[in-house]
Amino acid sequence: MKIISAIHYMIFTAVLLSGSGWSQPVNAASQKLVLTGASTIAPLATEIGRRFESQHSGTRIDVQTGGSARGINDARNGTADIGMVSRPLKPQEQDLQAHTIAWDGVGIILHASNPVAALSRQQIADIYTGKIDNWKTVGGRDAPIAVVNKAEGRSTLELFLAYFQLKNSDIRPHVIIGDNAQGIKTVVGNPNAVGYVSIGAAEYEAGHGVPIKLLPLDGIAATVANVRNGTFPLSRPLNLVTRAPPEGLSREFIDFTRSKQVYDLVEAQYFVPVSVR
Amino acid sequence: MIWSRHNISSPSASADARMLWLLRGAAGTATALVLLIFLFLLVESWPALRHISIGRFLIDPSWNPGESMYKLTPMLSGTLYAAGGALLLATPLGIASALFIAYYASPRSASIYTRVVELLAGIPSVVYGFWGLTTLVPLINQLHPPGASLLAGILVLTLMILPTIALTAHAALFSVPPDYLRSAAALGISRWGMIRGVALPAAKTGIAAGIILAAGRAIGETMAVLMVTGNVVQHAASLFDPIRTLAANIALEMPYATGDHRAALFVSGLTLMLLVMMLWSLAAPLGRNRDA
Repeated sequence: MKIISAIHYMIFTAVLLSGSGWSQPVNAASQKLVLTGASTIAPLATEIGRRFESQHSGTRIDVQTGGSARGINDARNGTADIGMVSRPLKPQEQDLQAHTIAWDGVGIILHASNPVAALSRQQIADIYTGKIDNWKTVGGRDAPIAVVNKAEGRSTLELFLAYFQLKNSDIRPHVIIGDNAQGIKTVVGNPNAVGYVSIGAAEYEAGHGVPIKLLPLDGIAATVANVRNGTFPLSRPLNLVTRAPPEGLSREFIDFTRSKQVYDLVEAQYFVPVSVR
Repeated sequence: MIWSRHNISSPSASADARMLWLLRGAAGTATALVLLIFLFLLVESWPALRHISIGRFLIDPSWNPGESMYKLTPMLSGTLYAAGGALLLATPLGIASALFIAYYASPRSASIYTRVVELLAGIPSVVYGFWGLTTLVPLINQLHPPGASLLAGILVLTLMILPTIALTAHAALFSVPPDYLRSAAALGISRWGMIRGVALPAAKTGIAAGIILAAGRAIGETMAVLMVTGNVVQHAASLFDPIRTLAANIALEMPYATGDHRAALFVSGLTLMLLVMMLWSLAAPLGRNRDA
């Protein structure tokens, strides 16, 4: 009895193994792409990578986050095949090749119950430098403003500072946050807070009933649509960077991320596909 | 148990020697790990220590690595305030609940209470942080904006270290020889008199060890603190001011740091480690004296 069941078991296992392709793992492991960098791009890259894997059997796309700075570093020293950088390349980074896969806008967010409907560029700069510290000054209720800023090194911070021509040491923050989700939660928890996050993330959360609102900038509404048509001023490209002109699998993947086949994935993340602009 | 019985029934010098070397090896590995971590921190922070004089970590106008300013002292004070405040709250609470379990509660309620405290010890820190961010911070904000503050950090840390103090204090009280307590009862001392005059002095060392353990956790705790303290680099003037701790500084900026900025973050790690070592060396003789 026992022997028969053991033989059955062995046959069963053998069938399972051969059926699941256990016998050819060497071939599968040989095709692997490593992407590291901006946390803004990582979810999109993961989705695109999944679709790429299903169309190219035997490939594996490994996506790791760590910020744009890590994307630049890893692409430069070869730790990663492709770096993810959520801003234009700086002059000292021109040794790298950038391939824009989508656009993203950075929007100012307030709590939905805040009566302030718009802020001018000067007012935002004054609020962030502490010259305006009460909502009454800009037409809101009599309450102190809680300024939410991003931590050093984040590309959203760099974009924000460059646009408002501020230095980070001039900013008088009350809360410093890491990623977009923490920023949105902080503003939700404090009706008198002002912060800035990725428009895609904010529009998604606001659409799902989270009590925040995006402020227009220079009279232009902060919407995905306005980032798409290029009118929203505070926007940034999402780049894949490589050390040399990409070839082989890297090139195939980058072409794939810029192709029409992934527009639905880009839009699902509230980013703007690159060639629609 | 079985092992020791075997050893007694057939005492062999070679087994003892083998055990000795095994234990020596294990102890040596543990020590080497600490030294290696220290060495690693030193090596990683070396670029910053070479480019930036140590004085600048103390007297630079602010912490803005993007503009080459690296003042660490506000984060040092933030760490000490948060951990110190949490210890001030958690120590009396923890010892009180240990006394309750050991001497006042009925066996049934004591076992339920112990289970709950053990459960509290097992909750991951990020859950405390999330609760703090969504519940505690808005509450404090109604009291005194902006809500994310030293106070929020102290309260969350208190919750996290309370079980450590309560459980170690209970274990220390539990190991007080019952003869002591019976003798005290025989002398007709009141229950509180027995606790104050006999149980607490006998359990002092164990309770102190628990407090030191809790202090280590409070100083090193990262995620929960990061989510509720606001992370503004400044010396707190009141409980309602936001602060940043050394550990939170590393977690917040490390993913995005390069060059000197990265090395400066390792300097904050090194500072954190020196701080813990300093507290340890202050507390160690304290525990020994009490033992005597």
